[in-house]
Amino acid sequence: MEIVCPAGTPAALRAAVKAGAHTVYCGFNDETNARNFPGLNFDRAEMREGIRFAHDHGSKVLIAINTFPRAGAEGIWHDAVSDAASAGADAVILADPGLLAFAMQNHPDLRRHLSVQAAAANSDVINFYARCFDVKRVVLPRVLSVAEIAAINDQTKVETEVFVFGGLCVMAEGRCSLSSYATGLSPNMNGVCSPASHVDYHDEGDTLAVRLGGYTIHRAKPGEPAPYPTLCKGCFATQDQKGYLFEDPVSLNAEQLIPQLKKAGVTALKIEGRQRSRSYVAQVVRNFRDAVDALEEGRELPAGMLARLSEGQAETTGAYRKIWR
Amino acid sequence: MHLTVGPNQFFWKPDPWSALYDELARIAVDRVVIGELICSKRLPFYQDRIPDAIETLLAAGKKVAVTSLALVTLKRERKMTAELAGLGAELGVEVEVNDLTALAMLPEGTAFSVGPMVNVYNEGTLAWLASRGATRVCLPPELPLASVAALCQHARGLGVAIEVWGHGRLPLAISGRCYHARLHGRTKDNCQFACEDDPDGLTVDTLDRQPFLAINGVQTLSDTYANAANQIEALREVGVSGLRLSPQSTGFARLCHLFRQRIDGKTDAAALVSGLDEIARGMRLSDGFLSGVAGADWTGKPLQPL
Amino acid sequence: MFQVPVAIPTFPKLPARALGVVPLGPISMALSAFAKQVARRHPALFRRLGDHAHARFILDPTDLPLVMRLEPNGGAPRVTLLRHPDGGPDGGPDGGPDGRDARIAGPLAALLGLVHGAFDGDALFFSRDLLIEGDTGAVLALRNAIDDAELDLAAELGAISGPLRQPLERLIALAEGATGVALSRHEEEFA
Repeated sequence: MEIVCPAGTPAALRAAVKAGAHTVYCGFNDETNARNFPGLNFDRAEMREGIRFAHDHGSKVLIAINTFPRAGAEGIWHDAVSDAASAGADAVILADPGLLAFAMQNHPDLRRHLSVQAAAANSDVINFYARCFDVKRVVLPRVLSVAEIAAINDQTKVETEVFVFGGLCVMAEGRCSLSSYATGLSPNMNGVCSPASHVDYHDEGDTLAVRLGGYTIHRAKPGEPAPYPTLCKGCFATQDQKGYLFEDPVSLNAEQLIPQLKKAGVTALKIEGRQRSRSYVAQVVRNFRDAVDALEEGRELPAGMLARLSEGQAETTGAYRKIWR
Repeated sequence: MHLTVGPNQFFWKPDPWSALYDELARIAVDRVVIGELICSKRLPFYQDRIPDAIETLLAAGKKVAVTSLALVTLKRERKMTAELAGLGAELGVEVEVNDLTALAMLPEGTAFSVGPMVNVYNEGTLAWLASRGATRVCLPPELPLASVAALCQHARGLGVAIEVWGHGRLPLAISGRCYHARLHGRTKDNCQFACEDDPDGLTVDTLDRQPFLAINGVQTLSDTYANAANQIEALREVGVSGLRLSPQSTGFARLCHLFRQRIDGKTDAAALVSGLDEIARGMRLSDGFLSGVAGADWTGKPLQPL
Repeated sequence: MFQVPVAIPTFPKLPARALGVVPLGPISMALSAFAKQVARRHPALFRRLGDHAHARFILDPTDLPLVMRLEPNGGAPRVTLLRHPDGGPDGGPDGGPDGRDARIAGPLAALLGLVHGAFDGDALFFSRDLLIEGDTGAVLALRNAIDDAELDLAAELGAISGPLRQPLERLIALAEGATGVALSRHEEEFA
């Protein structure tokens, strides 16, 4: 199975490649990609250099251009696709039908993957994207169980890529405007979710109040982990209950499900975390590469190595096990 | 400008459900979108009433569309979606696509409309949808006026009518997980229809007890009711042809009437807003997506010209 | 395959107290000169800071009686050491965050480990070994820019030390071994 690894910086790309990534995904340093964070991503020269480095070491590079182009400014996104093609990217990861149409028309030889941001959650719509835009691979939304993934693979020739580690969206990606409701900045339009610019950690004596856009969505006592205030993982209150109404501050680790995902026909395993450090990327990549190598060679999977790197230091197998719903 | 009543986002008992459409047949709205948008498990409870409701609405001269689900994953849901095209044809109404799965299943050349859950953010996507047969698009509520204006301009050349969110709790997110069931310590498969007790969704507060969001099964909405009372002139000027009102359990017919008055120039924004307060006291409003910084903002002011 | 330190080492108390009395002016000047040297050798670091290249950062090693004010200044960085007024963690009138600043606090070893790629910033933050206050966006930009620069402060120091380079490197290696603090760049695979 192919390991698809995140790189937010050229240094992280090199670290991922050296740690054994078959494939690295990254984005340009603008609003065209869904991790448009301060200090992150690649300018055009860095992208060309990064692709050269990866290719020299036998790894592939995918460029995520997976936000939705802004009306009146589509040129920025079109340029990103064209520059990805000329930089020698092995594929672009797109979500917007208009941009897919542009890419197919203007760069027919540039391989197209359907981003998780398109929230294509069944084989009918996946095959439709393949018919319309000749997409070769789909990144599946994180709302599906292993059985559903297997059913999808039975009914499509499009390769499937699934998330196995890192941050976990509990909402259908690309269909969520919680962030822009609270802050004005959204994943779809600005490439950010719960942006750092709107985060406030406020010391309230013995507790730490965590706010996003002025909304207090977490309070941590001393010694408790301090999760980043991502809206869907915040702590909320209803009339008679208080807690993580949407999702606990956990991150995804489907390491132990790799054999089942392989059996379900999955082509590639994706690691989330373009915003994480090169040290994180190297450790996670090495771990997952060991796991798939072990699987290919019929050895037992190494386990339980990654807990401390996780958000809130707790993990879940997410929707892959049906009980999650 | 026309008024469209969007699909009911919530789970109502069959009688109030039917009563809504009987009432809509009698009042001055132009279009009604009917059917289940959020959760396929709800549909069997009122499915048999849909043909009658459609017939009543058509007889009253309303344009009617049937909506697809907003997120199609299960086999049952794919089947439902596949049957939608046939149902629409049989009842003489068009399909409102709220997940591209529904478009995948429409016979090529069928005219259809597009709902706010489909990501139409730019001219390229609008043109692609028009080339597949889209005649009307209700834009995602997240879009600011500048985007609405650019899309309207492009839509004219394509012969597509543009609609925007006029009033109602905003559909902010959809998930595979049911939050009503989670809140009650149940799984989605064994939800026992907990969402039925909250006909306008269940309000969710921040830890400072500030009302913030609302949950509705697998859907997350805003606590505020987004309201375009102050932006109607600006929207008309950029070429928006319709407003969408989302059903709520109290005073909805009155609310539609107030919007009709406002669109026809018989009342101003302030009168509409104070009229809404009479319908449901304490209903918090927002207009931030169209004219503010964040979606939750309430500017209460007309938009500055672009 | 990777080692997580069971505990992040803290600076020994006695020399920490000594730092409470030494004059900070000359050290600040030396650190500024050092920072300018790093800036010359890593211009991309400041490019990557983008809009935040003129932010003000307070780096607060919680096991030392002082804080460091870092002003990237668009590529001409300045470093100023400031004392806690009463040994408390909060910088004081001219050293503390004033709302516009970004403050990063944690054991010196955690801060150095971050620079050298020995630790992941998010992981340290989630475990609350690091605390962030003020302009979170600026902190993120700094973290990402430093991570990409693959800095090695020991090598940087060596580069300006001329004939003292070799003994200095030996001293640093010795200190790393004795304290468990990342004083030089770590290869990611073994981090």
